[in-house]
Amino acid sequence: MKINLIVNNQKKVFHCEPGDFLLDTLRHYNYLSVRRGCDTTNCGVCTVLFDGKPVPSCSLLTAKTEGHHITTVEGIQDEAEKIANYMGDEGADQCGYCNPSLALTVFAMKQELTNPTKEDIKEYLVGNLCRCTGYISQERAVMKYLGDKS
Amino acid sequence: MIDLEVLEYIKPKNLEEAYNLFIQDKKNYIIAGGAWLKLSTKKANKLISLDEFNLNEIKTTKDSIEIGALATLREVETNKGVLGLCDGILSIAVSKIMGINVRNIATIGGSVMGKFAFSDIIPVLEVLDTTLVFFKHGEVTLDEFLSNSKFGKDLLLKIKIKKETGKGFFKKVAITPLDFSIINLACTNTEAGIRLSIGSTPYIGAKATNTMKYLNEAKEINDDILEHSQRIMLEEIKFSTNLRGSKEYREELAQVYLKRAVKQVIK
Repeated sequence: MKINLIVNNQKKVFHCEPGDFLLDTLRHYNYLSVRRGCDTTNCGVCTVLFDGKPVPSCSLLTAKTEGHHITTVEGIQDEAEKIANYMGDEGADQCGYCNPSLALTVFAMKQELTNPTKEDIKEYLVGNLCRCTGYISQERAVMKYLGDKS
Repeated sequence: MIDLEVLEYIKPKNLEEAYNLFIQDKKNYIIAGGAWLKLSTKKANKLISLDEFNLNEIKTTKDSIEIGALATLREVETNKGVLGLCDGILSIAVSKIMGINVRNIATIGGSVMGKFAFSDIIPVLEVLDTTLVFFKHGEVTLDEFLSNSKFGKDLLLKIKIKKETGKGFFKKVAITPLDFSIINLACTNTEAGIRLSIGSTPYIGAKATNTMKYLNEAKEINDDILEHSQRIMLEEIKFSTNLRGSKEYREELAQVYLKRAVKQVIK
């Protein structure tokens, strides 16, 4: 089937099977920053933004994205770089496999929440389980990024 | 990679067409958010989308909150009307389900129609005054829906919750936020009295009717009354053992949280 959608602000037409999930379709079309983890909705490593909201692409049918906006980390490069710098400064970066999904979730959080508390941040990141550095250094980096008004 | 075989993905023109396609074949499914699709279905002849019918709206009317079946769990969680229901217990319960990314696709309709035994939503809807609106069967009470399988092949359009003033309590016990409940317990105290429901026992949420009756008839709720209500609850709610917890552990938890819940809602 043919799906018209917008990926990183560019109109795209994807050809896929009715049972294909967005993760597989995106990777098929070379959006390789979208990664496969558990493939069962638990780890969050496949997160992309669907109309600006973080979703697990392993469990979203591509057919449901017709006419919608999808954002991968390539679509938020400047913000992703800022987040990556804060992560680096705080020693919150290890294998890097989860970085794109974490950056997208943190970016979405900044758009959605006003002055979130530490608890709000923790709650928002619950779905991003894949974080081999540990959670504390990332929490510090996220706090600094959220405070960055530049 | 988990494969799902789907022969066709259909966007019907209207609800009648969707309904007819749905009942045509037991391998035809309504697709809500699809969050559990991969884990619950291997093959579908037709996946029927209801995305075109504005079933994701949440409306606040004079008497009730009407939640469209395709409203995402995150939309339910953050809706002001829902937050205003009995200390926001529905919002609290929803906020404990997986992470925000999953709640951005999972829908309340999918969660209700699945009748999942581990559901954190069913017990809360049971202690609120909830009815379900179906395409063919019209408006039915949640109790009727839970005790009857005939609604499984109908289209759920919305969930109506009567606006009530009162207190609420919800507790989910799970090892991590991404785990299913070992047990959950919801309790409200409104003009209709105290309502109590316990879920993931590991069976689907059930009202503790006799316990509710006993508590509502008590002149004053004190520790003796609460201890007796714990015994009534153990007699009427069926607990059992599975991988997540033993029958005995669940019984202990239910007793503790029953006491805490009632103390909180009668404050």
